[in-house]
Amino acid sequence: MFEPKIIGFCCNWCAYAGADLAGINRNQYPPNIRMIRVMCSGTIEPLYVVKAFKEGADGVFIGGCHPGDCHYQSGNYKTQRRIVLLKRAISEIGLDPRRIRLEWVSAAEGQRFARIITEFTEEIRKLGPNPLKLSGVENGI
Amino acid sequence: MESKKITDKKKLKLAIGLGSTCSGCDIAILDLGVKLLELIGLADIVFWPTVFDFKYSDLKELGDKEIDITLHHGTIRTTEHEEIARILRKKSKVLIAFGSCSCFGGIPGLCNLTDKKQIFDAVYGENLSVANKENIFPEEKLLINKNKSITLPHLFDTGKTLKQLVEVDYFIPGCPPPMQLIEGLIPLMKDVLGGAQLPEKGTVFGSKKTLCDECTLKKENKMISKIVNPVTAIVDPERCLLEQGILCMGPVTRGGCEARCINVLMPCRGCMGPGPETEDQGVKMISAIASILGVKDEENLTDQQIEDLLSGIKDIVGTFYRFTLPDALLNRKVKERR
Repeated sequence: MFEPKIIGFCCNWCAYAGADLAGINRNQYPPNIRMIRVMCSGTIEPLYVVKAFKEGADGVFIGGCHPGDCHYQSGNYKTQRRIVLLKRAISEIGLDPRRIRLEWVSAAEGQRFARIITEFTEEIRKLGPNPLKLSGVENGI
Repeated sequence: MESKKITDKKKLKLAIGLGSTCSGCDIAILDLGVKLLELIGLADIVFWPTVFDFKYSDLKELGDKEIDITLHHGTIRTTEHEEIARILRKKSKVLIAFGSCSCFGGIPGLCNLTDKKQIFDAVYGENLSVANKENIFPEEKLLINKNKSITLPHLFDTGKTLKQLVEVDYFIPGCPPPMQLIEGLIPLMKDVLGGAQLPEKGTVFGSKKTLCDECTLKKENKMISKIVNPVTAIVDPERCLLEQGILCMGPVTRGGCEARCINVLMPCRGCMGPGPETEDQGVKMISAIASILGVKDEENLTDQQIEDLLSGIKDIVGTFYRFTLPDALLNRKVKERR
């Protein structure tokens, strides 16, 4: 069976703490996500996401603080706009925009974090492997 | 060490080869005017199909590394372009990717959003101006009689940059390269002749900073509330175009063109390629534009309002990767398996 590889970028203050809480509470979620802690979802450049896809990730999860809760006041608003644009850009290139998922998870929402990751993993499993990985971008010729 | 003299000749040999190109780069070289005479004084032109009557056989007869400097312009689109690029690399000491097409893929590189079949279907079938009832499509091989056939080069699905095919020594970007960069070839040739230290391999000629750095328009507050169409907008000629809501690629594009478009109030389209330290021009622009658009009152915007705000940007890949699609990280349209 196809096991998706998912890269997760989680902000230090909310989503990563939420993931920690999920661990402490022993909420089960699939091990397909590889999490990377960043200081703020606003530091996640679209380049990181594109690079993850280029390197063969099947999905990219981005977790930040709920609107209004950003530790740095407004980082998550910028991420939100960036991801909207990036989703449109990757769908023009032919990737399914559902491969990127942006969610707001607070430090208290361990259970919700586990649920979101389970949902997202199943969604990616249905979408299948990253087409960049299958054909190889360079193999167009 | 590069400081070793790479040639003992009194006069250099210069070749100018091409791929898929509009030949605007050739015109730009001819635009040197009086300086062209100085250039010809320094180098004999041994290959330049656009301007002189050279045949490919003339090129093939040259020995390995016999050409001192080669300028290559145009995207690699066919087997013919590929062959010429490989021959030029073999026969040249210094190979320079000249113009945006050769450096980053350029406008022809937008072919990567489609493939050969789609292009042929449109050009020879679906376009309204085409009458092709018999469904005749170009063939690569045509049999004239039993013993004789002629062949055309094969068209690739994917456009490539010169760098993706062979080793490239220097890059001169621009569409076409700005005059001051082309004039820079003359001191480079003198350096080759005199045995001076040449620039490091892989050097991109142009500024070490982005275009915004050399743009002279007044920059005050980079926060915009909506995207404006440059055709219908009434433009303030003193103020930064991006601050007026016009999509300008200045923040992510290499300088060195002295803001030639902005000086006539046209926004930068990004022909000089990604700025120094920028890996991918398009995603950098996505990041930049999303950071300044709709900042005011951002906490009260609904998802729908954000969508509406960003819908002012049409055709993201075509706008942000106008000259650099083959050189981008995601450089080719792919298909999801369903």
